[in-house]
Amino acid sequence: MLREIRPAIVLLLALTAITGLAYPLAMTGIAGALFPVQAQGSLIERDGKVIGSALIGQAFKDDKYFHGRPSATLAPDPNDSTKTVPAPYNAANSGGSNLGPTSRALADRLKEDVDKLRRENPNASVPVDLVTTSASGLDPDISPEAAQFQVPRVAKARNLPDGQVRQLVDANTEGRLLGFLGEPRVNVLALNLALDRIAAK
Amino acid sequence: MTVIGWFQIILYCAIVVALTKPLGWYMTRVFGGERTLLSPVLRPIETGIYWISGVDEKREQHWLTYTVAMLLFHVGGFLIIYGLMRLQAVLPFNPAGQSAVAEDLSFNTAISFITNTNWQNYGGESTLSYLVQMLGLTHQNFLSAATGIALAVALIRGFSRASMRTVGNFWVDVTRTTLYVLLPICVVYTLFLVSQGIPQTLGDYVEATTLEGARQTIAVGPVASQVAIKMLGTNGGGFFNVNAAHPFENPTALSNFVQMLSIFALGAALTNVFGRMVGNQRQGWAILAVMGVLFVAGVAVTYWAEANGTSTLHALGLTGGNMEGKEVRFGIVASSLFAVITTAASCGAVNAMHDSFTALGGMVPLINMQLGEIIVGGVGAGLYGMLLFVVLSIFVAGLMVGRTPEYVGKKIEAREVKMAMLAILVLPLMYLGWTAVGVVYPAAVASMANAGPHGFTEVLYAFTSATGNNGSAFAGLTGNTFFYNLTLASAMFVGRFFMIVPAMAIAGSLAAKKSVPPSAGTFPTTGGLFVGLVVGVILIIGGLTFFPALALGPIVEHLAMNAGQVF
Repeated sequence: MLREIRPAIVLLLALTAITGLAYPLAMTGIAGALFPVQAQGSLIERDGKVIGSALIGQAFKDDKYFHGRPSATLAPDPNDSTKTVPAPYNAANSGGSNLGPTSRALADRLKEDVDKLRRENPNASVPVDLVTTSASGLDPDISPEAAQFQVPRVAKARNLPDGQVRQLVDANTEGRLLGFLGEPRVNVLALNLALDRIAAK
Repeated sequence: MTVIGWFQIILYCAIVVALTKPLGWYMTRVFGGERTLLSPVLRPIETGIYWISGVDEKREQHWLTYTVAMLLFHVGGFLIIYGLMRLQAVLPFNPAGQSAVAEDLSFNTAISFITNTNWQNYGGESTLSYLVQMLGLTHQNFLSAATGIALAVALIRGFSRASMRTVGNFWVDVTRTTLYVLLPICVVYTLFLVSQGIPQTLGDYVEATTLEGARQTIAVGPVASQVAIKMLGTNGGGFFNVNAAHPFENPTALSNFVQMLSIFALGAALTNVFGRMVGNQRQGWAILAVMGVLFVAGVAVTYWAEANGTSTLHALGLTGGNMEGKEVRFGIVASSLFAVITTAASCGAVNAMHDSFTALGGMVPLINMQLGEIIVGGVGAGLYGMLLFVVLSIFVAGLMVGRTPEYVGKKIEAREVKMAMLAILVLPLMYLGWTAVGVVYPAAVASMANAGPHGFTEVLYAFTSATGNNGSAFAGLTGNTFFYNLTLASAMFVGRFFMIVPAMAIAGSLAAKKSVPPSAGTFPTTGGLFVGLVVGVILIIGGLTFFPALALGPIVEHLAMNAGQVF
């Protein structure tokens, strides 16, 4: 048994160096060369400044922007570091609500949000993804129904005809891959950037 | 449920089955020490490692030596992770300036990674430096997976050999698995994942100014290289807090589909390795069929439950299923499928929050883990777990006809059955015992995030996941407390090693036996009757063990939900 001690140390260190250093560092080099944009986090720049990542959702509150899904991410309380406070779309601390199907807190939150959205647009049924928090709290997407639901509000805030905004939503709707894989979706940041480009013209 | 949804599920199963045979062929060659396509590049590295570490690759080990070597290897792995976490503040590759991790959390995480559990009491991006992620976690993702595969291969040798004292060489099995199986696949896989949008950088967290002018700090890092092995090795420990639900860990429908495939690929292939090594591939397919029956049943229940939604959603007129805690790009079907896969295997990566699943939808992952993660299972661990159940089933079949049971030419006798029972019984002792403590000890009760039966399920899920070395969670439970850090670590430790040691004892005892040729009285273990018998034994043993606990948690919650009750 004693002769197993040496491999337990040396072989462990050798494999650790290969899989824990050589492999990730080599992959960082190769991936950076082959896919420079993705490897850095698919960052989007406007006027030379980083405004976010194409894959990470942002908090939108303004009526003139499409809103993403509710986010349950937290941040340390600035007044008491042992506590946390809500900080939607905190991309340095991903997290979900973790509220269960019989949670009173969830039922109350859903009711409040549904009522608010019904007042905003009484003519359409409220899409479920617009009132439920995502798993990561950073979901960059909403369903096409959730985007269409918000068209009247955005069009009014921007003084644009409904039809033009609806067209923009359609243009930013991604279907299923090969027609069957995944779900149809609208990237909220991309859609809002497209809106801003119209405004700039 | 939709046609497109079911089409995705069927396509998934078809690809897993299609990959089983070629991967099984390749892996059998690797474990047999034969030349492979990659040998010209990897053979010099392999012999170099043996040379510096003083390993004679020709010398095989007795099962006890093999097991001791494995345990020593884990002691070293534990010390590396623990040391790195405690010292990360003064070590390089720490652009976010993470401070040293507390003793109890470091202890929990180190145990978690050497046992292939990867339970996350740590919060990835908010706790760990890049160095810990790479040198601590990525390396152990490889080695704990390689260990699982090595042990499964040793057990298979027990079945396939006759009258021998040895079961292989642990160092050679681990090295070959790492170099020839895991590493080459991960290199290609990492590049695919980066092409889909997963970051792979050592740069700082990105400071962005959003469209509305707010500041957003975006955590990045060497993510893709870790995600590749955490899936392939069924480890499941995420780079980020929310694991594969994070858009940077799983950005597209395609990345999600491939990640699901990679969880099952090696575990399914090992059934074929088993068939090849015992000289009849149909023995492997029979085992895969047992796994397949249980898997499809689980997927159907969870998909139905999640698509159906909850009473709360129905009361508000919300349709489209239970989207709380799910991502739009995955939707109901890919979230449900992922949850069943990750718990059938001992992966534990999640792409949706299991805590927010419906009562029945969340019960299936729980059952998968309580059955011992034998439905494909963790790489290696799933196969040896399943073989324990096969031993029991053969024993039961033998009792029914009054003959000494045989399996693939080996007589199954008292020693094997005792060891199989020991391994199977120690798991419920851990998760039911600790759950009982967790629901009465005040400091543990305070960790529950949900009230009512759901809070109970959170605790049960945590200890089940830890004991089964899964690592997924009902994540509302605050696990990073002194109580949970220590008790979960003990559950992970017992769940891993008290299963491995009996399994290795069986391997040693079987290898020493003579091989008996099949006769007219041999129970055929390749047909539908055998598959049905094993499924039955698994469900009966499992059901008797944990049904009462499920009745207190998800089942009562489902009934309460239908009655419109909230807590």
